[in-house]
Amino acid sequence: MTTSVDLERPASPAAFRPIGAVRKSKNLVATVLVYLSFAIAVVPLVWVLYTVLEKGLGPVLNADWWGNSLNGLTATQFGGGAYHAIYGTLVQGVVCALISVPIGVLVAIYLVEYGARSRMAKTTTFMVDILTGVPSIVAGLFIYALWITTFGFTRSAFAVSLSLVLLMVPVVIRTTEEMLRIVPMELREASYALGVPKWKTIVKIVIPTALSGIVTGVMLGLARVMGETAPLLILVGYAPFINYDIFSGEMASLPLLMNTERATGTEAGDMRVWGAALTLVVIIMLFNLIAAIVSRLSAIKTK
Amino acid sequence: MAKRIDVKDLNIYYGKFQAVDGVTLSVPPRSVTAFIGPSGCGKSTVLRSLNRMHEVTPGASCDGKVLLDGEDIYASTVDPVSVRRTIGMVFQRPNPFPTMSIKDNVVAGLRLAGTKNKKELNEVAERSLRGANLWAEVKDRLDKPGGGLSGGQQQRLCIARAIAVQPDVLLMDEPCSALDPISTLAIEDLITELKQQYTIVIVTHNMQQAARVSDQTAFFNLAGVGQPGRLVEVDGTEKIFSNPTQKATEDYISGRFG
Ligand SMILES: Nc1ncnc2c1ncn2[C@@H]1O[C@H](COP(=O)(O)OP(=O)(O)OP(=O)(O)O)[C@@H](O)[C@H]1O
Ligand SMILES: [Mg+2]
Repeated sequence: MTTSVDLERPASPAAFRPIGAVRKSKNLVATVLVYLSFAIAVVPLVWVLYTVLEKGLGPVLNADWWGNSLNGLTATQFGGGAYHAIYGTLVQGVVCALISVPIGVLVAIYLVEYGARSRMAKTTTFMVDILTGVPSIVAGLFIYALWITTFGFTRSAFAVSLSLVLLMVPVVIRTTEEMLRIVPMELREASYALGVPKWKTIVKIVIPTALSGIVTGVMLGLARVMGETAPLLILVGYAPFINYDIFSGEMASLPLLMNTERATGTEAGDMRVWGAALTLVVIIMLFNLIAAIVSRLSAIKTK
Repeated sequence: MAKRIDVKDLNIYYGKFQAVDGVTLSVPPRSVTAFIGPSGCGKSTVLRSLNRMHEVTPGASCDGKVLLDGEDIYASTVDPVSVRRTIGMVFQRPNPFPTMSIKDNVVAGLRLAGTKNKKELNEVAERSLRGANLWAEVKDRLDKPGGGLSGGQQQRLCIARAIAVQPDVLLMDEPCSALDPISTLAIEDLITELKQQYTIVIVTHNMQQAARVSDQTAFFNLAGVGQPGRLVEVDGTEKIFSNPTQKATEDYISGRFG
């Protein structure tokens, strides 16, 4: 006895359905929203860059800009340059990095390699999280209270660097920590299995493997603190002339120059504001570029 | 050179969890001992406690005795670094140092221990790469990164790296599990050669491999889920594979479970 089976007819109806009108309109709405948010995010960015370039390019392209200070010029006189402020920004950033990088990297090594899950490590991570959220003005006030009021030092570029350290250390700790964590445990074990002590494994195997990421993190952290303004307003005065001494005297920096010249309200002052703005953007972009190159160079190669 | 290992009543823990219970066995010098058994029965754990690699895992501990030529490697005066220098290890997944060239990988152990003599390092690199049957394939690109080699080549590079420091014992945890049959055969041949100089312990899931390369086989098993692993029996490989004393061993080998 055979039951005839219709082989042409599918056992179940087709799983594919046409796209309904509701889904089509939902898709349209979502697409519009996505493009709109993109435009909202990009337009101001392009606008800012365009304005800075348009207004700042004039003064910056002048050779005086990079080799002269504003010493002896009044607010209405054109000319002069920003090299005193560029020096200030760079030296404050570099001094800050020289202090922050060793501290940050060592703390991260402690957290990842030695502290693992201890109470001390947990407390440190918690503190770092809090420090990440500290507003820069608070960092500035803290250093003022500690360095100037309590220890009795004068206001100086070094005090600025110290407050920037408070802002940069958490960034360095966080990035270094993440980079160290993604170094596979197997590499450490391979090194231990060769009879290499732990500290040497960290210095010669773990850090070189994570180096490119650590360098990127440091550079990005540096780029961030170099644009800071609040601590500068509290911790050092503006000087229109060059001051090489980081431990005493007023010292200019690009944010301070902008702040001071903006207050003049003159045409010459206006040009200097935009020139300084462009210079700061360029310096920060250069740091990002250096970060990209260094991380490319120290990245792990397989060829 | 090659030394013997005696394990006595070894209990191994991860935190409070006991992973292995009461292992006693001896590994004669210049021989290959294979560890076989179902997944999770503690083969890797036992192997890693033979060169104090176990204690690298946070919370891990063990008690009992592991003697290397009669000397207790867990004695309080013994430096774990020197133990690992004497007892080398090759891991399941090839793990060359990604920042180093092929040659630097091979001599990493010596260089990190302070050897600076270029000539000596070059000689060691060549000798070890020849020992690991890799010299012919890489001699023209010693300065290229080790990560650029194939998986099988990387594993032989790791073996070269392990024998470059001239350990007395070589522990291998499933060294062929990520490799194709040809690379596997190359490494098995290599193990047979290395046996002339080293004491070797190898973990494997491959019965044929255990039968081919080892002189002695240890079968581990689990009493049940959540129970510690135990050593069921250890004997000459031929005996284990033809006429084991324990029924569990026979069942496992003939594929009736596990
Ligand atoms: N790092 C660890 N932390 C906690 N428990 C672990 C850890 N490593 C292994 N174990 C446990 O110890 C027991 C033995 O594991 P082990 O890795 O030694 O097994 P194995 O015999 O090597 O298995 P496989 O054949 O799958 O590699 C298992 O129950 C496992 O869950
Ligand atoms: Mg295992």
